[in-house]
Formats: sequence, structure tokens, C-alpha cells
Amino acid sequence: MSKQYAFYPGCTLHSTGVEFGQSTELVCQALGLEMVEIPDWNCCGASSAHSMDHTLFLALPARNLALAQQVELDEGGNGRALDLAIPCAACYSRTAAAHLALQEDASFRTRMEAVLGVEYQDRVRPRNLLDIVANDVTRQALRAAVVRPLEGLKVASYYGCLLVRPPQYTQRWDDPEHPQSMDEVLGLMGAEAVPWSYGVDCCGGSLTLNRSDVVVHLVDLLARAAHEAGAEALVTACPMCMANIDGRQKYRGGAPLPRPPKPDYEPLPIFYFTELMALAYGLKVKKVLGKHLVDPRPLLTGLGLV
Amino acid sequence: MEPNLAFIGQVSDQSQQNVGRCYYCLRCTAGCPAAYAMDYGPAQILRLVQLGQKEALLHSSAIWLCIGCETCGTRCPNEIHAGAVIDALRQMAVAEGVPAAERSVLKLHEAFLNSIRRFGRLHELSMLLEHKVTSRDLLSNLDMGVEMMVKGKIHPLPKRIQGMAEVKDLFEMRDE
Repeated sequence: MSKQYAFYPGCTLHSTGVEFGQSTELVCQALGLEMVEIPDWNCCGASSAHSMDHTLFLALPARNLALAQQVELDEGGNGRALDLAIPCAACYSRTAAAHLALQEDASFRTRMEAVLGVEYQDRVRPRNLLDIVANDVTRQALRAAVVRPLEGLKVASYYGCLLVRPPQYTQRWDDPEHPQSMDEVLGLMGAEAVPWSYGVDCCGGSLTLNRSDVVVHLVDLLARAAHEAGAEALVTACPMCMANIDGRQKYRGGAPLPRPPKPDYEPLPIFYFTELMALAYGLKVKKVLGKHLVDPRPLLTGLGLV
Repeated sequence: MEPNLAFIGQVSDQSQQNVGRCYYCLRCTAGCPAAYAMDYGPAQILRLVQLGQKEALLHSSAIWLCIGCETCGTRCPNEIHAGAVIDALRQMAVAEGVPAAERSVLKLHEAFLNSIRRFGRLHELSMLLEHKVTSRDLLSNLDMGVEMMVKGKIHPLPKRIQGMAEVKDLFEMRDE
């Protein structure tokens, strides 16, 4: 049985987060989650719109919510409630903020409708991809597709910030302080998700380019904690977390020369949860794994998983 | 330091937060990942708003170093979202043309929004190049950028969406 969703990939799923985009496509196909990309979507504004202007922060994702209404479902499903699947944690959070504002702020809603020439029908609900995978697909179905269990792989599930916070946007689809969805999904794939205390600590987000020192400091805290917990890799659901943790363990910021000192620990690979699912489902992700900055293939080869 | 009383109401309105409820338990600052690098931690920011200290706040580094991770707001026993307060302060500093204490952070946000204004979506390469010029920092992160380009994670050419007229309208909503 396939279920249809409107789909918002966001800018990074075609670029810096291309591994997330490709593995998401593979996994959704395997699970019968049909993702219908919304037409002509725009950037959600990420970390910059809300930093500079409150109206723009809400208006950018509000246009995408209007476009999602145009997605046509099979079998006369138009008019029916429609879940908008969003893989990136930041895109998800911004879109959820706009969704809430359209519901609660009548003047904002009126202004948006005037600018776009549409009427909001209140049938689109933004949801994160991890929420959909963990809660719309049964445990049996998640498990049934596994052809190569990830036995022996010890990982730390890293949720970060906007995936589970703030609760007024997420409606608590998982706990903001102690989320478990990713741990459960990875467990069903045969991996061991180790308990650790840094699952919702922040990676430094968009400060990576202008205050790399802060991001290096935060990434080091996460990587050391994951090591201490016995994890051999981290797992994320966010392209920004990926860029920071993958990138900043290897590239420490500043000019390339003179080379800055390396971290005092062995850099850990980090996966998108969809990459590990694709691996367990026997789907073709090997090429995608080569795009990481900290190469995860030696770890997987060592465990006989690729 | 004379309190600017109008400022207290202005911040509360713009952020939709009741700043007066803060009783300084410091949970926000204790959990803030960037507090160690800030001149004022989140709780101090709330206290300075209560005291009407507009100048100190709009010139602070803290408003530019807040990552927006929402840890503070999620943990506040009085349900104050310090992140929303800091957003309002930063937006105020931008609107009033106060020089940013972390200039490179401001320049990145500007370059990012310019990319959306030009293409409707983020084009990393042109955004990064613009930021290199405007932040006057040409060399940082070149090594990482090159590896990402070689791996096809940063595209050389941008693609523009169809609905650019609508995107332009969204940007103009700011000035209403």
C-alpha cells in the first residue's frame, strides 16, 4: 500500500546534502511512501530570514505551503488533508513556523493571500521525514524490508536542535529533550544505537562559515561524547548538522595554510539515517557514501556491510 | 544608564514574549551552546530588556552569536522564548542600521538572502563568493569548499525558479 505525500526537498537536498536527497528517494520508494514534489518551491529562508526580518521569515515558507495545496493526489484526494514531507530539519522548522502563523495570525494570513492571490485551505500539514518514517510506517514494515542487517554497527543518534524543538512547532511528535525515533528506526535496521547525553545538543548551525571556532568547539564536544559512549559513527536527519560534523572534524576553519592542528580524537563518520536504511535495505548507496568528507566506507567495509 | 521604557514594550510586541516573567533561574544560559562566546548570555539579555538597555543590547555580540537552536525557549520554566527575543533585537539592530558586533555573521545573512532574491533558492557558490568579498575574508574554508565542489556538492551554476515575481513580492512585504 503506498501513501502519498507532498514533498519539499529544500535547497540542500540537491547540493551539499545530495546524499540525503538520493537516499531519501531510495528509502521512500522501498517503503511505498510516494513523494510528490511541490512545483516551483522557493528557499525556506533557513537561518538568515528569521535573523533579519520577521515577516520574511514567515512569508518565504508560507508560499511553499500555498504551492503544496496544488499537489494533486490520486483517486479524488484533492481537498483531503495532505502531509507535506520535509527531510531537512531547518526547512521543517521554518515551514512549521509559517504554518502556525497562518493559523494564529489572521492579518498575516490575509496579507499572504493578497500577495499570492490564493486562499489557504488548511489542509496541508508540514511534517519531518523522520516523523513519517518512524510513525506512519509500521515497525513490521520497516523491519521486513531489511535484507542486510547492520549488525555490529554502533552509532549515536544525533537529533540536534530544530528537528525536535521548539515544541510549539513540532507539536511533540518526539520528545524535545529525549527523542527516541531515530534510535528505534536504527535498531530495526539491526544497528546498535548507544545511549548518550548529547543527542539534542546543537552543532553550531550557520555559524560555521563566520565563527568556525564556535562550530569546531561544539562539534568536538559531540564527537568526543560519541567516542566515550562507544559509538563508531553519528547519525543525523539534517543537512546542516551533516555539513558541520562531517566538515568541521576534518576542516578546522580559517585559511588552509598554515594547517591548523588536527582534533585530539579520531574523526567519526556521520550518516543520514536514510543512508543507513538504504544500506540495510540493500539499495544502491555506495556511490553516495563516497561524497562524505569523513569517509565512512572503511568502517562499513570492516564490518562487512558494503 | 537610563532605562528606555518604550523599548521594553517594543521588544515584547515584536517577539510576542512576556519578558517580565523571567526570574533569572539561568536555565537558558546554562543550556546555551554559544553562551561561552557571547558578551551577554540569554538570561542577561532578558534582564537587560527588563531594564530597558537598548543600546547595550543592539550593540552586543550575543544577538549575532545566537544560533537559534531553541534550547533556551524549550527549557524555560516561564515559557519565554529567548530566541524569539534575540531575533527581535537583531531585526531591530538591522532596521536601525546599528553596526553589527559580528560583522561577518550579518554579511552571511545578507548574502544568503540576496541569493534567494536573485534565484528564489540558495545557490551556494555565488553566496559564498559574495560573502568572501563583503566579509573581507578571502581565504577561509577554501580547502573545504574545493573538496565539496570536486564531490559535486556545490554546483557551479544557479537555477532560477519560475515564481520570481512572487518572491520579489514576499521581500517587499518587509517594508509594509
